[in-house]
Amino acid sequence: MNAIFSALEWFTRAQQWSGPDGIPNRVLEHVWYSLLGFALTVLIALPAGLVLGHLRRGRPAQITGFLVTSSANAARALPTLGLLILAVVLTSAGDLVPILIPLVVLAVPPVLVNTYAGVRQVEAGLRDAAEGMGMRGRQVLLRVELPVALPLILAGMRTAMIQIVSTATIAAYVGLGGLGRYIVDGYARQDYDSMAGGALLVIALAVAVQFVFAGLSRLVVSPGVRAGR
Amino acid sequence: MSPPLSAPADAEPLIRWEWIERNLSDDIAEGLREHLILSFTPVLLGLAVALPLGIACARWRRVYPFVLAATSVLYAIPAIALFVVLVAFTGLTYSTVIVPLTLYTLSVLVPAVVDGLRSVPDQVRQSAVAMGFGPLRRLVRVELPLALGVVMAGLRVATVSNISLVSVGSLIGIGGLGDLFVTGLQRDFPTPIVVGIASIIALALVADVVLLAVQRALTPWERAGRGRSAAAPEPEPVGGEQ
Repeated sequence: MNAIFSALEWFTRAQQWSGPDGIPNRVLEHVWYSLLGFALTVLIALPAGLVLGHLRRGRPAQITGFLVTSSANAARALPTLGLLILAVVLTSAGDLVPILIPLVVLAVPPVLVNTYAGVRQVEAGLRDAAEGMGMRGRQVLLRVELPVALPLILAGMRTAMIQIVSTATIAAYVGLGGLGRYIVDGYARQDYDSMAGGALLVIALAVAVQFVFAGLSRLVVSPGVRAGR
Repeated sequence: MSPPLSAPADAEPLIRWEWIERNLSDDIAEGLREHLILSFTPVLLGLAVALPLGIACARWRRVYPFVLAATSVLYAIPAIALFVVLVAFTGLTYSTVIVPLTLYTLSVLVPAVVDGLRSVPDQVRQSAVAMGFGPLRRLVRVELPLALGVVMAGLRVATVSNISLVSVGSLIGIGGLGDLFVTGLQRDFPTPIVVGIASIIALALVADVVLLAVQRALTPWERAGRGRSAAAPEPEPVGGEQ
């Protein structure tokens, strides 16, 4: 337990709280990369999942369904660190863009699959009712299928965000800022306090993400949908 | 499998086959051996803990929400953070990687065991009681076999994620095939990185196919049911509800 106390003592040192290597700056960097990656992920995966889920007839729909499912399974097998290092070795180290690519590649599948599955799982009767009320395809998608699929979509987004936060930590190894710096630099200096302090901050951030998404789903999921589940 | 790739910028190709030949018997084989130990030990340990824990959660329903909350928070913690915190207690040994991966395995398998047991239809349970099965015999002979499909699906997810997560351990020097990534970065040399990524994906694929075969062999009745609706596989959403 001594090691943990010693790491907690690390938080009380004055130099941890100011300057480019201070905790506030590192947290901001980490949150900034994560939000940037998350925004790109949602921008790609959400519309794609909605449209693919909505178009349900015929053979192409079956094939895309198979591809979406496989992409999720394949993403699970991809080694994060390897992709990051490959992206950096093939381009120039330290840039944000080559690091954002693997971040987004790993985060797209959970959002895509959950959006797709969420829209697909909307009851046929509900869709028929919407069409009976005179809604067009786009209205059915945005006003019926999207709200009903929202709990699953949010679960996928949460998984993606967690994945992004932890990948951004690892990205410190290839020169990115953020909380991973404490872990990587601490390891290089054999400074356990810095490593453990960084790890505790990452854990706190991951737990915070969980809470944000729990709050978000209270806020945006329609009470009717929530009660029905 | 894919057409030969090449880096556009300079003369260094993405893969130098002679490097692979030279290092196949030491670096790559040693990495593979370590990778297998580091990824499969947690699966076995996790299974050994998740079965009794899941059975207990399915029986005493009040306990399950707490266990579920604990496992879902645990699953959110990045592996590298857990590795680092553990270094203080276990040093730079295999346990430092095996313990967190066992916890991740648990957070996948415990819900799988509970869902599997809950998926057993009530009439089946009642039939077993009517046939004179006691609680233990009913669990072992009826409920667990029927839960096996869901449990095996969880086992496949846990195994594949473990295989890819082990490589993060190379940040603290214990990463199986992931150590090839570090070699590649230090020498600014893509071949080991590509070899590492390809072998980890291949390993995950082989493990998944083997487990799928085991699952099919153990649950022949599911195949009979699935045959009729095999046309459109429904995707499995990730990250269950809270």
